[in-house]
Amino acid sequence: MSVADNQAAVGRGGARAVAILSSLGRFLVIAVTTYLGLLAVTFFIGRVIPIDPVLAVLGDRAPTAVVERTRREMGLDLPWIEQFYLYVKAALSGDFGTSVLTTNPVMTDIRRVFPATIELATLGTLIGAVIGVPLGVLAAVKRGSLIDQIARIIGLIGYSVPIFWLGLLGLVLFYAKLQWVAFPARLDVVYEYTFTPITGFYLLDAAIQGQWDVFYDAWRHIVLPAGLLGYFALAYISRMTRSFMLNELAQEYIVAARAKGLSETRIIWGHALRNAAVPMVTVIALSYASLLEGSVLTETVFSWPGIGLYITNSLTNADMNAVLGGTIVIGSVFIAINLLSDLLYRLLDPRTKVG
Amino acid sequence: MSVATIQSRREWLLSDRPASRLQARLGRAYVAWRRFSANRLALVGMLIIIGLLVVAALADVLAPYSPTFGDLKNARLLAPSAAHWFGTDDLGRDIYSRIVYGARWTLYVVILVAIIAAPIGLLVGAVAGYAGGWTDTILMRITDIFLAFPKLVLALAFVAALGPGIENAVLAIAITSWPPYARIARAETLTVRNSDYIKAVQLMGASPFRIVLRHIMPMCISSLIIRVTLDMAGIILTAAGLGFLGLGAQPPLPEWGAMIASGRRFILDQWWVAAAPGAAILIVSLGFNLLGDGLRDALDPRSGDQ
Repeated sequence: MSVADNQAAVGRGGARAVAILSSLGRFLVIAVTTYLGLLAVTFFIGRVIPIDPVLAVLGDRAPTAVVERTRREMGLDLPWIEQFYLYVKAALSGDFGTSVLTTNPVMTDIRRVFPATIELATLGTLIGAVIGVPLGVLAAVKRGSLIDQIARIIGLIGYSVPIFWLGLLGLVLFYAKLQWVAFPARLDVVYEYTFTPITGFYLLDAAIQGQWDVFYDAWRHIVLPAGLLGYFALAYISRMTRSFMLNELAQEYIVAARAKGLSETRIIWGHALRNAAVPMVTVIALSYASLLEGSVLTETVFSWPGIGLYITNSLTNADMNAVLGGTIVIGSVFIAINLLSDLLYRLLDPRTKVG
Repeated sequence: MSVATIQSRREWLLSDRPASRLQARLGRAYVAWRRFSANRLALVGMLIIIGLLVVAALADVLAPYSPTFGDLKNARLLAPSAAHWFGTDDLGRDIYSRIVYGARWTLYVVILVAIIAAPIGLLVGAVAGYAGGWTDTILMRITDIFLAFPKLVLALAFVAALGPGIENAVLAIAITSWPPYARIARAETLTVRNSDYIKAVQLMGASPFRIVLRHIMPMCISSLIIRVTLDMAGIILTAAGLGFLGLGAQPPLPEWGAMIASGRRFILDQWWVAAAPGAAILIVSLGFNLLGDGLRDALDPRSGDQ
């Protein structure tokens, strides 16, 4: 290699580094403003909309002394901008106030319930991806065939059905009539006291401790809600996979691969799917984020003690700190997944590497 | 009407040298309709939505019983029968009648959200696209921030602060659903911003306000209508979800989501109380999805079959 070539290579590497740095910088700016925006909205909901935020937090039966103390603690006598500054500072350190309902700090409650939601959403996304990707690929390859029609109908219904209603029907069929799954909860009462969770993911905990009866029981409880969330992920993932694959299969490198005499299997799964993989990572990440959000309704239907049920229980008890704390946590995770998948897309996609 | 006159009318519609503005418009509409009606599923969607409109308009005629007052003594939790097609609920109310009246509330929510959120998005997007520079950056940053939020959870928090009720649910959904419209309006604005007809209006001394309002916003409407139609199903599902959580419509309003919530207590024994309103939601959202897909394919050939 000549010196000029070397310099050109270094130049290209430098351009690449600059491109990566600038997309990282852009990412940071967007992340910070989006997160501040989320806090501004929850600040607005918690402090501006209610006529008296102290009443919104404490309820109308609190004694005057407590009301006064809370008013000072919340900093309501300060100017708006200072209040917001303090609010952001508290939120960044994970301080969302105290829940009226459980009398714990909201963050402690959320730490307790969040693993249940993560377990549910993760299993749901897994189910959706494992079935949805092959379904989407087949629908694209055999376009217009029976399997394409079936995939389309599955997708349409997934986009149109109320998730909580489908969950209720699932309970009637699989729990009451067929008795394939267990009643709405995380574990049978028998195991509630004998089983000590380590990570909070019951399936994992039971497997680590070798308690296979607990594992089976946890599985019987999670399979229906996770299957339901999985169906929604599947509807989205299969539709997007189909459209990505159609896009890839129309490219010229596919014609070249066919001309080379490669087998159809190799062309589809080895070439086309591999090129569609980058946007698909984004799609799967986004569907994971939307399942976290969708957990609010699913957990209510299945009495699943996660963050969604925590929010809805707090709602019915007018526990604003808990509701907004839960909103911020779900919102932060949602935003983080959104932005990270976007960043990942930029970094992985060869077309966006050197700008 | 003879075959010849139909033929000549079609030729008049499809003429590539329209003699008047009306002829050009009718011709375009005819082509779009031909493309739309070739899509059978889109027609099904349109029929469902027309059905919804008819049911909502004629609720007083179609519903045999009162939606809010039931026969507590004789008609509690009856299974579906000839007298009560979808059975009765725990207060002895006829579920079929409640679903018929519920169509009105579904339309109410969908239409209100659309007429609040779409103009906000349209205005933000058109102003951002036409003004450019800092205005554009700031407005689009705000749009992106809202776009990155989880919609349902945020709507939930809004309603929690505003208080439960169907109007507040509408407001909360509208607040969380305008950003995509702003993006679409901005994209459309950018394509027409530098075109000759805008230059001509500028030369005639039109104010930026007038240009955005009279000459740019109308250009964004058709893509906006498609997007709003596609979003209708999502709006219905969110409203139903809020109703199910007890935050949307309050009893005794016959709103479908709230009806599912009240049927939840009897789901294992009297499944029909929750089943029928859920099926109504499914059918109507399906209708909007099919109609939206059809409109997109007919009016926006760029999107193709994907």
